[in-house]
Amino acid sequence: MKKDINIDVHHLTRVEGHGNIVVNVKNGTIEKCEWQVPEAPRFFEAMVRGRHYTEVQRITSRICGICSIGHTLAAVKAVEDACGIQITKQTEKLRRIIKHAENFDSHVLHIGVLVAPDLLGAPSVFPLVETHGEVVKIVLRLKRLGHEWGSLLAGRSTHPTTCVPGGFSKLPTKEDLISLKEKILAHVNDINALVEVVSSLASKIPAFDRPTEYMAVSNDIEYGMYAGNTVQTIMPDGTKQMYDVHDYKSITNEFMDPKSTSKWCKNKMDSYAAGALARFNNNYDQLYPQAKKIAEALGMKPVTCNPFLNSAAQLVECAHSVYETLDLIDELIAEGIKEESVVKPTKFGQGTSAVDVPRGILFHDYTFDNDGFCISGNCIIPTGQNHANIQKDFEALVPVLLEQNKTEEEMELALSMLVRAYDPCISCSTHYLKVKFVR
Amino acid sequence: MSKPKVAFFDFTCCEGCQIELTNFGDTNFLELLNHIDIVEFREAMTETSDHIDIAFIEGSFSREEDRKRLEKIRERAGVVIAYGACAVTGGINALKNDRPDYKQCVYGKDAEMPHLDSQIARPISDAIKVDFEVSGCPMDKYEFLDIVSHLLHGKTPVVPNYPVCVECKRNEQICRFDEGDYCLGMIAKAGCGAKCPADGIPCEACRGFIDSPNEAALKKVLMERGNMSEKWAEKKTKMFTANLRSDAKTLGV
Repeated sequence: MKKDINIDVHHLTRVEGHGNIVVNVKNGTIEKCEWQVPEAPRFFEAMVRGRHYTEVQRITSRICGICSIGHTLAAVKAVEDACGIQITKQTEKLRRIIKHAENFDSHVLHIGVLVAPDLLGAPSVFPLVETHGEVVKIVLRLKRLGHEWGSLLAGRSTHPTTCVPGGFSKLPTKEDLISLKEKILAHVNDINALVEVVSSLASKIPAFDRPTEYMAVSNDIEYGMYAGNTVQTIMPDGTKQMYDVHDYKSITNEFMDPKSTSKWCKNKMDSYAAGALARFNNNYDQLYPQAKKIAEALGMKPVTCNPFLNSAAQLVECAHSVYETLDLIDELIAEGIKEESVVKPTKFGQGTSAVDVPRGILFHDYTFDNDGFCISGNCIIPTGQNHANIQKDFEALVPVLLEQNKTEEEMELALSMLVRAYDPCISCSTHYLKVKFVR
Repeated sequence: MSKPKVAFFDFTCCEGCQIELTNFGDTNFLELLNHIDIVEFREAMTETSDHIDIAFIEGSFSREEDRKRLEKIRERAGVVIAYGACAVTGGINALKNDRPDYKQCVYGKDAEMPHLDSQIARPISDAIKVDFEVSGCPMDKYEFLDIVSHLLHGKTPVVPNYPVCVECKRNEQICRFDEGDYCLGMIAKAGCGAKCPADGIPCEACRGFIDSPNEAALKKVLMERGNMSEKWAEKKTKMFTANLRSDAKTLGV
């Protein structure tokens, strides 16, 4: 059927930051189909210039309130690379725990507050207080758990204090670790309940496969989150390739798209995806059994190419983060927390890092002068990397929706849900800004 | 009395202060909802409202095009509260204010594209009248509750105007300078409980300055007791308080 469709979602709700969806179909022909990002630019790379190496993570953590732990970790990791600082095993384990805290925290917020209303047919979480009170309570309790989990080790979950180049400015005690373990164990029932709720709603997740390339932090130490200096991509056919993080510019390949003014990223294909689904596809074998069980129940195995299932992959990761954290706590308790002072720089130069934050892979790169002051900085943010992939999904999904004869409202909901599935963190995407076409 | 209609808005910021609102846990958050009606909050909900009793605004005013949006909020709202350092002082965003080349630095040859249009970062109060402020980066969620509670009871919230050093002493916290570090606590506005020094890092004055800060004395102490080079000491307070420095006027703040 030839029809007209006009979708203009100005400032999509229930996403972090500001994004627009514009689709115009005239007489059955798609004239415009765009994902636009009008976020206010913030200029962090200009801000870090001239700042001391000890200040950098305190500045760049402010790029994003939701992934401030990830930005802090990426910053200290890049600064340590630039300054020839070797961190201790204890520091690495503590950082892996706070990385898990952030992923859990952010995923719970996304699944429970931003996505659940779509699956339950509500405009926001607030009406759910009346209709699905128990679910809301579970989500709020788990969100609080993520916050306390990160705060206990990082000082704060939003803009951490204790995580500094070379180690920690304040270490947890054995008692702190025991109380954290008890706290997490006390929430296992809530976690299982959340898994059940999402599983029962899984049939509402649209079926839409679009094979693409997936990029994530990947290494032998862990399911790629914090550790290591390598990045991997997996192609739709399962072929994997490993890259050194110092080559990040050659795999992110910023480019100008002729249809828009934004910079996009690509590697081997037209676009690539970063985030929970990308990590799941790249690092599935390293997931904890409890996490794999959830994936099996949801019918997910690598390579899963339905972008809507990114939220499901986040749920799988929540379980992984819980169980790996419990093991890391046991290891730290067994080894005993050692009073270690912060490791000092041995040189000042250029350094690069990659950390996988809730929404995907994050690259930080800094250069310092001989006095330890920053000459230049570069941050490549997951959502920036995903913009091109979201656009390609739009281009593939809109014809399918037209074919299925969906109404304008149904199409708008499907496209909004697609963007939300990526859990975009638009205020983060400092580089990749796209002009808005408000009609 | 019906519950006051409360709305949340964000401008140039990281949205970390609104994230703090989700960290109350089930008991506190649901109790808060017993006293207020959240009618607009783009990051969390699709609904909007014509009338607002209390508008919370997060983020800096950094684009002329945002002025209209702010004025519209002011027209709709009975009380406007700026929350978080970005909204109250310009916060970390103001760190770029003395660098006229910030666009070229980040965007290179694309710097003049119209959507990158951005001016210096300023507090919300430079665009519209602000009735109350919740300082800090991020803001303290319990201070937020305290201010809401005061307003619900018809009281004026009281914010300390003494330095962070007072809170450190009260906490019996060893001075950062005695640990071989530096600190801005002596001219930083208190109210946070001096959390950063307790966590082993310097106070960066994210809540802003106390009234009449002695900037020259601070610089001297940073150099003499904090072993800072003059170059570093000179620009130290640009991180969160660039707009409050005596030299900010030269930038048009």
